[in-house]
Amino acid sequence: MNFDFTEDQHEIKRTARDLLASRSSLSAVRTAAEAHQYDDGLWKGLVELGWPGIAIAEEHGGQGLGAVELAILAEELGYAVAASPFLATVLAAEAIGAGGTDEQKAAWLPGLASGEITGALGNADGLVPDADAAAVIVLVDPDGGARVIARADADVTPVDAVDPTRRFARVGADGGEPLADSAVAVDRALVAVSAELVGVSQRALEMTLAYVKDRKQFDTPVGAYQAVSHRCAQMLKDTEGARSATYFAAWAADADPERLPEAAALAKAASSDGARDVTASAIQAHGGIGFTWEADVHWLYKRAQVDAALLGTSGKHRRRLAALLATRLAPAAA
Amino acid sequence: MDLTFSDSEAAFRDELRAWFESNDPGPSPEGEDESYAYRRDWQKRLADDRYAAVHWPSEYGGRGASITESAIFFEELGRARRPLPANVLGILLAGPTIMTFGTPEQKERYLPPILTAEEIWCQGFSEPDAGSDLAALKTKAVKEGDEWVVTGQKVWTSGAQYSKWCMLVARTDFDAPKHKGLTYFLMDMEQPGVQVRPLVQITGEPEFNELFIEGARIPDENVLGGVGNGWKVALTTLMNERSGLAFFLQVRLRQLLDELVEEAAERDLLDDPVVADKIGYLHMKAEILRLTAYRGLTTIEKYGTPGPEGSLTKWMWSETNQELAQFAADLLGPEALTNGNRWAYELLRSRGNTIEGGTTEILKNIVAERVLGLPRLKGAA
Repeated sequence: MNFDFTEDQHEIKRTARDLLASRSSLSAVRTAAEAHQYDDGLWKGLVELGWPGIAIAEEHGGQGLGAVELAILAEELGYAVAASPFLATVLAAEAIGAGGTDEQKAAWLPGLASGEITGALGNADGLVPDADAAAVIVLVDPDGGARVIARADADVTPVDAVDPTRRFARVGADGGEPLADSAVAVDRALVAVSAELVGVSQRALEMTLAYVKDRKQFDTPVGAYQAVSHRCAQMLKDTEGARSATYFAAWAADADPERLPEAAALAKAASSDGARDVTASAIQAHGGIGFTWEADVHWLYKRAQVDAALLGTSGKHRRRLAALLATRLAPAAA
Repeated sequence: MDLTFSDSEAAFRDELRAWFESNDPGPSPEGEDESYAYRRDWQKRLADDRYAAVHWPSEYGGRGASITESAIFFEELGRARRPLPANVLGILLAGPTIMTFGTPEQKERYLPPILTAEEIWCQGFSEPDAGSDLAALKTKAVKEGDEWVVTGQKVWTSGAQYSKWCMLVARTDFDAPKHKGLTYFLMDMEQPGVQVRPLVQITGEPEFNELFIEGARIPDENVLGGVGNGWKVALTTLMNERSGLAFFLQVRLRQLLDELVEEAAERDLLDDPVVADKIGYLHMKAEILRLTAYRGLTTIEKYGTPGPEGSLTKWMWSETNQELAQFAADLLGPEALTNGNRWAYELLRSRGNTIEGGTTEILKNIVAERVLGLPRLKGAA
């Protein structure tokens, strides 16, 4: 058993971390968020590297890597709170790639892989990230079925959501083509969202540690006080717990698909709760400055809030877990 | 990333399942002494087939199992609902500490009877005034000729009434800084200077004891790891305290949760959204514990030193076990609050989980200082 990345996967992670540190610094994120616009240069750079197509099959123009590699990139883009349509595009690609018909794959995957078009995915009754600029939208209906809709056939109303680092919309559409397998499509999308949430948590933890080591009150770094240091320990516990669940789900998506439904629900429940708690703690541990627009922790808190709602809250996924467990243990009653 | 077990690990698991299947000691008998004798007999059966301490090197009667194989052993022990061996402290704590610091004579003398449960061990570390601040301990040992004379008091000493030997840490240099004046002894419990008094816990059971030591004598050859080196030797014991067992406890937690879900199903409670939410929550926490423990194994096997996971799993387990027991009381109503009911027992016993083997507060300090690199508050050690 090896519950760690391969050397190649570690290399992808290091490369992504370094690249985003220079191309998507927090001041770049601020500029994009305050202008309500994406960082076009960043997106072009990601496209040149082939990131949108990392998990798309080679026959459709992608790199043909797996859910683990995609999770690594999603985590790093979450860590950077990058202002880009990356997540929405790869969610649509994962859904179509894993659950789409041959026609749907042929129609949309090459464009998504090359970055020529962007995609979007979300709940039919929720906020759909990046739907306005997308060429293709995957809508998940309340019964769990998912439909593929061309942008031209959708009624898209942009919404100014609490997370200004990302564009959102409400999408109205009656038609569209159903996916062949909506369940696996949504579960694979859940893994990528969870990975972004783990990255958000990791960044909030690191920013908080740097702050509480430096900030002094009563002549002592505030991180020495247990009220603060124990909060930081809890942040680590939440982050690492969500990471364990998310990496397991990313591995199961390709290597053990029978376990994906449970693993995806587990990852989304753990990473949503984790990121909301960790980013809230980050604001608290920063004190008054953490509550200002000027500090950067709020980008993380806001990203966590909207991601946590994307494709179902932790409560929805906990109930799903309970139903799966009950089916296993007491099939008659479930 | 590959979360499947290797062929040899899978074969070891199969071998263990078959062995536990054909070796069933039956239910534990009533009565404290009877139940202890039962666990002692169980350990002898394990030792006969070299399963008592699979992580020990084969030269000492183990199987030289890897850390993953050792985890598999404890998982399967728990899954088969077999008891822990009677001399669990000897196997997990005393043995590995003696292997690290013992002289060839000490290894030869002490290790074999640990494995066969002929000599049971207890741990004499904590004192009434030295709990989390262990290095503040006051029990003193004074050299007289080629013997040490020991006076003091120890507390929370599990299994002392059955023990032949005690891992004793005592102060031998009163002028040295508090971490430096300590020495680790192997103390014979069968002598007039050692009195054992049972300490009854909130369950009504005496799992542990107080130890009153008045002029007990320890020959100089029973110093482990050198005079004045006791803190370092004790830390080795404490590091072993949180290994292996985590997998046994993780499996026990999973079994308790599954049984509670089955009870809830029998009572038609699973459709209640509040119940479903809580079951989903506990299932999530039990899985996170299991997965994080596995990640910890990979970190140790790949990089040689424990990562942050190791510090988190005991905290996760103890917290979740308490939440599970509390939820059982909500779910099952008055009978879960009735003495003799297993959930009532869990409700009481689980309170100790966040204290024994390092309080949650101390674990948070360890995480904050050693994993996160936060500064230490002045005065706190």
